[in-house]
Amino acid sequence: MAKPTYWQANLRLVALCLGIWFLASFGCGVLLVDVLNRVTIGGFQLGFWFAQQGSMVVFLALIAFYVWRMGKIDRAHGVDEADDADEQSAEPKP
Amino acid sequence: MSLELLTYLVVGLSFALYIGIAFAAKAASTGEFYVAGKHVHPVANGMATAADWMSAASFISMAGLIAFLGYDGSVYLMGWTGGYVLLALLLAPYLRKFGKFTVPEFIGERYYSRAARVVAVVCLIVISFTYVGGQMRGVGIVFARFLNLDIGWGLLVGMGVVFFYAVLGGMKGITYTQVAQYCVLIFAYTVPAVFISLQVTGVALPQLAFGSEVREGGYLLAKLDQIVTDLGFNAYTSGARDKLDVFFITLALMVGTAGLPHVIVRFFTVPKVRDARASAGWALLFIAILYTTAPAVGALARLNLTTTIQPGPVGAPDGNLAYAERPEWFRTWEETGLLRFDDKNGDGRIQYYNDANPEFSETAQGYGWQGNELEVDRDIIVLANPEIAGLPDWVIALIAAGGIAAALSTAAGLLLVISAAVSHDLLKGVWWPSISERWELMAGRLCAVVAIILAGLLGYRPPGFVAEVVALAFGLAAASLFPAILLGIFSVRVTKQAAIAGMVTGLLFTLAYIEIFKGIVGEPLLANVPENWLFGISPEGIGAVGMALNFAVAGIVSAFTAPPPERVQALVHRIRQPR
Repeated sequence: MAKPTYWQANLRLVALCLGIWFLASFGCGVLLVDVLNRVTIGGFQLGFWFAQQGSMVVFLALIAFYVWRMGKIDRAHGVDEADDADEQSAEPKP
Repeated sequence: MSLELLTYLVVGLSFALYIGIAFAAKAASTGEFYVAGKHVHPVANGMATAADWMSAASFISMAGLIAFLGYDGSVYLMGWTGGYVLLALLLAPYLRKFGKFTVPEFIGERYYSRAARVVAVVCLIVISFTYVGGQMRGVGIVFARFLNLDIGWGLLVGMGVVFFYAVLGGMKGITYTQVAQYCVLIFAYTVPAVFISLQVTGVALPQLAFGSEVREGGYLLAKLDQIVTDLGFNAYTSGARDKLDVFFITLALMVGTAGLPHVIVRFFTVPKVRDARASAGWALLFIAILYTTAPAVGALARLNLTTTIQPGPVGAPDGNLAYAERPEWFRTWEETGLLRFDDKNGDGRIQYYNDANPEFSETAQGYGWQGNELEVDRDIIVLANPEIAGLPDWVIALIAAGGIAAALSTAAGLLLVISAAVSHDLLKGVWWPSISERWELMAGRLCAVVAIILAGLLGYRPPGFVAEVVALAFGLAAASLFPAILLGIFSVRVTKQAAIAGMVTGLLFTLAYIEIFKGIVGEPLLANVPENWLFGISPEGIGAVGMALNFAVAGIVSAFTAPPPERVQALVHRIRQPR
């Protein structure tokens, strides 16, 4: 299989992250909430915890993971910004 | 020192800080006025975004909303945070790479069409004005309750302060005041929350206290479920709303969040593409500090309130609080009209229960109860929290400053995108492309002044629809702007006709649906009950359907129209790469 292009690699990462995003919020917090509520951890029913705390923790971890992975993908494909690139992208050249 | 004087002092000090920052960060160019010269550090931008995003509704109303809705309140928690994942992954980095000033500007260039740009400006102005009216109202209410100032005067003071830093400093001034406002509001929110957590559970961190045992034994949430169901209410941890509706509301709020122009534009202000990604993460972190505290505050407050009114067993003659023995905070908030007691059965005691539950109502009649006697405004949960917990006066003063900070920071962000849309997109982009930078900057400031005055009027005499901002602003953002921006980045094939048709369809469908059930203009056409809703989806969730329609229409129209010109395809490829 050919090495994915920069854009393909990006799309794969986005698809993975959005899958987890959907699972944590709509999956655990809404659709499966009754099943998960049968499990309790401390004073929390698991489904309720996902809806009111857990989903937000997962969102945060997801963005951190995405930023880290994208940094790696940028560098692997040689499209990362230089450190002094403050002005470089201000005026796009056609 | 009296509480009122102390509150004046704390609020006055916070205002002095904002005005000081405004003078230090005066905007000298259009770049500084619209996007703070693109020099904002990603962490600072994260904080500014958090303050921009968290409005009077988040600060004052959300915990109370959750306290009375229980699980059903989760839609706000997930909906108003999940959108940041979409922003970070799908929009922010690409729009930053595009590197211009406004959201309509992107839509205009990507869809090679002035008409598309104007449609985007219309969407933006409708969304932002609905939203800003609610903020100004929030400012007036906080002034009225804490400082005994007339709402009109409160509004004038608030407008004056926003005037200073938004008109002088533009985005640059707004950014650094928002950083300060975030610090004020988060401190004001978390301090009472920690004290109340300690009092009820002995655990300091509200997020952990939420799942801990209360001092008398038993887990907080289990106990809460018990006492509210004993009074005929729904169990706190399970919902009453239909699951499909919960799904759609959450989706509409998430996508709407990602499509709100005053949030998107914050990511134009950082130096690099990777800063835009990271900045979304920082923003969510700063937001989550408040958003994970809010449900804990809600649960603790509901428990406090219920056990205060019903200290003894349900149905016992002396199980309810005697009105004559009500605590001090009860009296204070009765005066504001946020707590109302009506002794229906004339026994001098307060009965607080769910009289809309027919089964429990019958039981209650057996106790000699003749209907629920206590009306509680949900805003009281945050505003009265420090008093209920018996905290010192300076904490109460802080709540006032925090509420005002939350409302002003959001109002300023909204006013800026409105003025930028008029001065940059309409004036320079459409009517008068040759306008000099100096005049454009002047026009931008003038638009900000006009927008502030309109917002003030909207806050003073709110038309009925201001109360429906949630459904309206989020639904419209989800159904109009979000799909157009997303398709503009992730598809090279979507054409100008497709984008315009999609935005107009999404906007009109969502507006029409909300009009039918909520009556923005005139009376609602149909009763706002689940039996009448399309597939059982409430007006709050309809933006998600509008979004799907927008996508579908854009896809179909693209297939039948000529592909975008070469230069536009090149633009799409260029914004997809950081370099």
